[in-house]
Amino acid sequence: MGDGYLTSALPDNFALMVRALSVIKKAVNSQRPVNLDLRTIKLPVTAYTSILHRISGVILFVGIAVLLYGLDKSLMSEEGFAEVKECLTSPLAKFVIWGLLSALLYHLVAGVRHLIMDMGIGETLEGGKLGSKIVLVVSAVVILLVGVWIW
Amino acid sequence: MVTNVTNFSRSGLYDWMAQRVSAVVLAAYVLFLLGYIVANPGMGYAEWHALFSNNAMRIFSLLTLVALSAHAWVGMWTISTDYLTPMALGKWATGVRFLFQAACGIAMFTFFVWGVQIFWGN
Repeated sequence: MGDGYLTSALPDNFALMVRALSVIKKAVNSQRPVNLDLRTIKLPVTAYTSILHRISGVILFVGIAVLLYGLDKSLMSEEGFAEVKECLTSPLAKFVIWGLLSALLYHLVAGVRHLIMDMGIGETLEGGKLGSKIVLVVSAVVILLVGVWIW
Repeated sequence: MVTNVTNFSRSGLYDWMAQRVSAVVLAAYVLFLLGYIVANPGMGYAEWHALFSNNAMRIFSLLTLVALSAHAWVGMWTISTDYLTPMALGKWATGVRFLFQAACGIAMFTFFVWGVQIFWGN
């Protein structure tokens, strides 16, 4: 391509360029919406640990009622304590408690990662991904251990 | 101008701080209680009751209830403002979000009072 290319191309495309510029300007000036629709975005590992943190938080919020109920009963009387202990031998109760403890432990591990990141550790893209993977591995291990302890 | 009035402290920075401080209290309580239960297998009623009627434990439990209330509110508020939006729900979003937040507030207040009754009444 010689020098002639640009100069000859310019007049033809000039109107187009001006139009493109005005479109860009309009887009910048308007409060252009950003696509934050999570259903249309492919998520990285950090997003999965983040959404799990939220889901486990909601489970715990609901679970408070179950835990308070059990605690109330177990502290009320000797019979209540025996009743709770008896109930916790059933597979369903064990599964529910395991589920709640899993949510609790995941939430705790992911929360500790947040505190570590607040100290400025692991804030890069690579650090964030590594931290997410560590959270998944560590929480999987403690959740398994708690499962063994319950059964 | 930001006109948000439903968050915990009307300041994102204070909410952020409250979330972290309460998290540390909650983590300490959970780790202590789980550790205590694991370290004392086959615990009976007398031991269990004695643990929770200890004054230090009562104070720790009440502190945890306060921390839990703040922590749960900030968390549920964050989730509701992220997902219960006009994009997801259309024109009823504000009403739905308000009702959801009201339900969370009432639930957490109930948990708090119930918790006080358990920790200080038993």
